[in-house]
Order: sequence, then C-alpha cells, then structure tokens
Amino acid sequence: MLLIKGGRVIDPASHRDGIGHVVLEGGKVREILAGDAPGGFEGEVIPAEGKWVVPGLIDMHVHLRDPGYEWKEDIGTGTRAAAAGGFTSVACMANTNPVNDSQEVTRHIVEKARREGSANVFPVAAVTRGLEGKEMADYSELAEAGAVAFSDDGKPVENPLLLRRAMEYMRPFGYRILSHAEDSVLAAGGAAHEGWTARKLGIPGIPSAAEEVAIARDILIARQIGGKLHIQHISTRMGVDLLRMARRAGLDVTGETAPQYFTLTDAALEGYDTNAKMNPPLRGEDDRMAILEGIQDGTIDAIACDHAPHEAYLKRCEFAAAANGIIGLQTSLPLSLALLAGRKVTPSHLVELLSAGPARILCLRNKGTLAAGADADVTVIDPDAEWEFRPVDVLSKSLNSPFLGWKLRGRASATICGGRVRHSTIPGVAADA
Amino acid sequence: MNWRRRHVLGLSDFQPEEMEFVIDTARSMEEVLSRDIKKVPALRGKTVVNLFFEASTRTRTSFEMAGKRLSADVVNFSSATSSVTKGETLLDTARNIEAMKPNILVVRHSASGAPLFLSRHVSCSIVNAGDGANEHPSQGLLDLYTILKVKGKIAGLKVAIVGDILHSRVVRSDLHSLGRMGAKLWLCGPATLAPREMERSGAVVTSDIREAVRGADVIIMLRIQLERQKTAYFPSLREYSRRFGLNREIFSLAKEDAIIMHPGPINRGVELSDELADCERSVVLRQVESGVAVRMALLYLLAGGSHAAH
Repeated sequence: MLLIKGGRVIDPASHRDGIGHVVLEGGKVREILAGDAPGGFEGEVIPAEGKWVVPGLIDMHVHLRDPGYEWKEDIGTGTRAAAAGGFTSVACMANTNPVNDSQEVTRHIVEKARREGSANVFPVAAVTRGLEGKEMADYSELAEAGAVAFSDDGKPVENPLLLRRAMEYMRPFGYRILSHAEDSVLAAGGAAHEGWTARKLGIPGIPSAAEEVAIARDILIARQIGGKLHIQHISTRMGVDLLRMARRAGLDVTGETAPQYFTLTDAALEGYDTNAKMNPPLRGEDDRMAILEGIQDGTIDAIACDHAPHEAYLKRCEFAAAANGIIGLQTSLPLSLALLAGRKVTPSHLVELLSAGPARILCLRNKGTLAAGADADVTVIDPDAEWEFRPVDVLSKSLNSPFLGWKLRGRASATICGGRVRHSTIPGVAADA
Repeated sequence: MNWRRRHVLGLSDFQPEEMEFVIDTARSMEEVLSRDIKKVPALRGKTVVNLFFEASTRTRTSFEMAGKRLSADVVNFSSATSSVTKGETLLDTARNIEAMKPNILVVRHSASGAPLFLSRHVSCSIVNAGDGANEHPSQGLLDLYTILKVKGKIAGLKVAIVGDILHSRVVRSDLHSLGRMGAKLWLCGPATLAPREMERSGAVVTSDIREAVRGADVIIMLRIQLERQKTAYFPSLREYSRRFGLNREIFSLAKEDAIIMHPGPINRGVELSDELADCERSVVLRQVESGVAVRMALLYLLAGGSHAAH
C-alpha cells in the first residue's frame, strides 16, 4: 500500500481537482480520500503537500532506439529518462533496426520493457513493412503482440492509395494510424523552415506546405473511408487549422504537438545550432502562436516530445550533415508547465494534454486517470521547482537538446508506475532503480 | 585600427571601418603586385592550407597566389566528395590537418556554416572561401574594392544583382559589404530563385530585369548554376536567357557609366551576352586582380600584421 498524502489531486477524466489523499494498492488506485489524512496508515507515505498529484504522464511519441541503435538509447535508459521527466508510459516508434513490423520485434520491446523498464512501454508498429511504403504490415498479429497503434514515423506513407487501404482495413478493428505528415517531394533537400532565417543562413528550406499538404491529404482520406487518424508533431498554423476543420466535420482525427514547437522558433538556428535541427523544423513566430491557440482551444489533443536521441558526432558537424531530432523526455513537463504562466491552459487541461488525451487516443485502458481501479501510475509534480537542465541531469544516452543550460520551472517530484516509485526527489522517499 | 579577428567567417559582423581597413591593406598589397618582384616576406614560415571540399579552381588559385606572394607555405587539400560520403567527418578531416600545425585554414565547403563550425573546434585561423549558400566574404570584399576603384564611392550607388539569388553566397556577402557601405541593392531573378523573404535584408527583390537595371551604377551578373538544377527552377536556359540575360538592349537602361561584374565563371550567352562579357564596361578581370590583393590582405592580417604592409 502506498499513500500519496495531501496533494492537489488533478484528474480531468473524473472531473476532480482538489486536495486529497491517493491510496494505491495491488498496482491499482484503491481510492482517493478527502479531508484529513487517514491515521494509522500501514505502508509507504509520500508527502505531497503543495504539489500536484496527477495520473501518470503519457508521452505518445518517443524513439527508444531499441532494438538496433542501443548506443543512442535503449529501453532501460529511455524509460529512466521518462520516469525522471514524470512519464509513466511512453509509446515508442517503429523505426528501429529491424523495423518493428513483426511480432518478434514487438515482443522484444514489450518483454525488455517489462524486465528493464522504469516506465510502461507501448510499441507503435509500422504501417508498412520495413517502413518502405510498399506493403501493409500484419496489423492483427502486431496488435496481439502489444502494438497500440501504427505509424511509419520518421517518414510519411507516400502512396495515398496504400494509406487509404491501410486505414480502411484497420477501421473495423479500431486501430489508429499516427501520421508523420510530410510531402517528401515538397520537403526534399530542406533542412530548416523555409523563412527568413533559412534564407539568411543559406540553408535549404522546408516549406510549411510540405506538412500541410500531407495533413490535408490524410484528413481527406480519413473522411472518405471513416478511418481513425492521428496527426503527429503539428508545427504550422495551417496544420492546426486543418485539424480544427476535421474536428468540426466530426471526423475521428486527433493531433499532437511537441514542446519545442510552442517554445522555440527558427530563430534558434542562428549560429547553425544543430541541436535546433529537427523534422518538422522549428517554424516561425506566427506558427508558434497558432500552436498555442490550438492547444488553448482544445484542437490539439496531446503534447508529445518526439524524443529522438542521437550520438554526439551526428550533431557535432556541419548543419546540413547533422541528424534531425532532439531528446525531450526530461524537459517536456517543465516546458508544458510554462503554458500556465501565459494562461494558455489550466492545470486540469495540462493533465489532459499530457495524460488523459494520449490515453484516449491510444485506447490505453486504465491509464490517464486516477479513478478507483485505474492502474497505479501517478506523477507528483512540483509546479514551482526551479532548476537548471544540465548535461549531468540527462539520463538518456544522448545529449542532443537545445534546452541544456535552460532555467526551467516545474518538475516531477515523484513518478510512481504500477505502484512502484521509479523516480523521486522528495526527501525520505526512495525510488526503485 | 587594431585587428582582433582570429577568423574571417563572413561579413555579417564586419563594420564599415573594418572593411575599409581591409581595403586599405589590400591597396598596399596591390602595390606589391605592381612590382617586378611580386613577393614580400611577410608570411615567411607560416603555413596556409587550402581545405577545399568543393570543386573550385579560381578561388583556390587566388588564395594560393595570395599566400605565395606573401611567402607563406601553401598546401592544397582538395576533396571533391564531401567528407560525409567519404566516411570521415568534416571535423576529423580538419583536426588531421590541424595536427600538422598550419597557421591558417582556408575552407570551402558545400554546407552553409561549415567554417563557423570548424572555428569552434580548431585552434588555427579559419578563412571562409565559400560555404554553401551562406557567405563568400573575400568575394564580398573584392567586389567592394573593385567598385571603389572604379567609382570612388559606394554610398548611394544602385547595384543590381541578377541571377540565382537563392543559392548564391556571393549575394549574401555583397549584401553585407555593399549594403552596409550604403549601396542600394536590387536582387533580380526568377521568382523560384529570388525568394521574397530576401527583402528582409533591405534589398528590393524583383523578377523584372529592366526595373533592376534601370539607372543602375553596377550590375553583378551571377552564374546560373547548371549543376544545381536537380529539379528545374525555370523552364530552359533559352527562356532564362530571354528573361534574365544581360544584353546590349537591357544594359542601355543602366547609367551611362555603369559597370558589369561577374564572380565567374561566365556562361557566355546565358546570363551575359558574349559581346558584353568583353566590352570596356566589364570589370570582370579587375575583380580577379582585386581578389588576390584582398586575399593577401586577409591572410596578412590574420597572420598578425596590424597595419598596411610596406
């Protein structure tokens, strides 16, 4: 038994926001008590006064690089970074080596996570075999092995007919495609958002239209056949507008953005900072404002960091040759908490974006809520803690973050996954390694 | 003026006084070049490595000549393929060369920002000899110097740059050198190669060559880089030449004493008509002359010279 005592319990899924005591037992939430803390409690007590107690955070878009690129990250280190960042669950993309397009790979991930993970790992399997965009993968057996959704993330499914068939085939089974929306012809050769910064620095541009054309296409295909679609890492104004339009049309289309897209703009590329290189690229200020609006009005359903670890030399090079992507699991929560300061979201809405939303999109049963009977995944957040993100804090194997050296506000004080404390900065509360 | 610079990576942070200082030094160098014995011992015992990751004959030769005129030991390292495809990283290549203790690395690379990147990781001086579509600072300075020689001033001149603006590092350096000295710049090319965002630099962007050339004091024609045409930016060279080529008729719209410049190599009959390339108003070869002097000045200043050489 575990008692999380005296925190502000925020659980949008059960419309709760108030002081309470969360009791965990047998890997489940037993109950939430109001009023005075229960006396004579037999079990571990986590003092949470002055902190938030929320359903375990879920990042639905990470790259754990396992199997195949374990020098960048593995399931152990990636989930330790997740736990330190307040995440009890992550959904990992299929661009491993071998690609997660077979039961064997899915099982490897699930089993290794069970053995070595500090957080729950939900594999996302490939839409097409080998991510080659040619043939459908075997969705049912992948789902049986544990895949929660399908995505060729890292690249788009270029062939619209194949996308249509895959989405249509999946519809009766309720599977969702997570789309890396990019028109690769329009984006070809680009390395930065097509705007003044790229022009000035002489970097080939990636136009916003490369993303928007693909989002529009995917939405129209979903509409045609009534499929379930999720748009990944939305970074442009029109991308948000298209998602809003799809929603108004009553389509089952959801969308995520990443903290970097509402925190940074392409101005971060000055000096050819390779840690600001990613795909989609950091966009302009108007796009950043639109992402904030999309979060505020509920168009965007989830914040996911697109954690993409790379070894140092792939970033310590000329800009054009640098790899895309940044690590994000340990900075996603504080960067999202910064939205509160701008009054863009309420605490409850933030928990929705970081937990309830992703749980709903991926149909993760008993996750994303603290209702009685839910899984004992809980994050205790100190929204006011001030800290600096230093290289020594990084639990990933890779250090590719543009946020190193940043002064951040807010962090996970404790992360409890399946009733086990996997991360803690609270004195007297020990975490399992 | 005290020269405190360890590298010359671009002109984006060069103030007018500093550019004038380099030009003054280049003037002294040009005096050396007019002598019978065109060599001074200023850089004796110093080593300059031309580290070229992109094919180039004239810029490399110009730097090599500049170094040799100053008695430096000049070594050429060329790699037509980029370091990435070769399997060695750019940094490893540069560090290998650095271990041989050169004083100055003159770097050309197809990736924008590559010399800046190297300057953060090696201890010798870096001169950018052209990086991707970013900058070509010695070209920006030699263009400035050439115009000064002919026109005596920069401020108030209308300078039209015509061609592939998008991929041109010459444009980005000229915007700093000529722009900061007070020239009014017009950038002209097909809309696909003359992006509207470039107006943020303060220049006028147009696809109408007549408008760009009308009343101009200086016309800089850029080479249309046929090798960049992986996907077409315009229908054909024939069409390009018709819309954006400089011929006698278009040139007649410019000021009577207007000059024609070109960073070379020229595609005769494409961006510049054959007769104009050789006409008395073309200062293309004077640019080449100025180039050696400007590069001598840069090497000299980086190697520790503090004022005009004698």
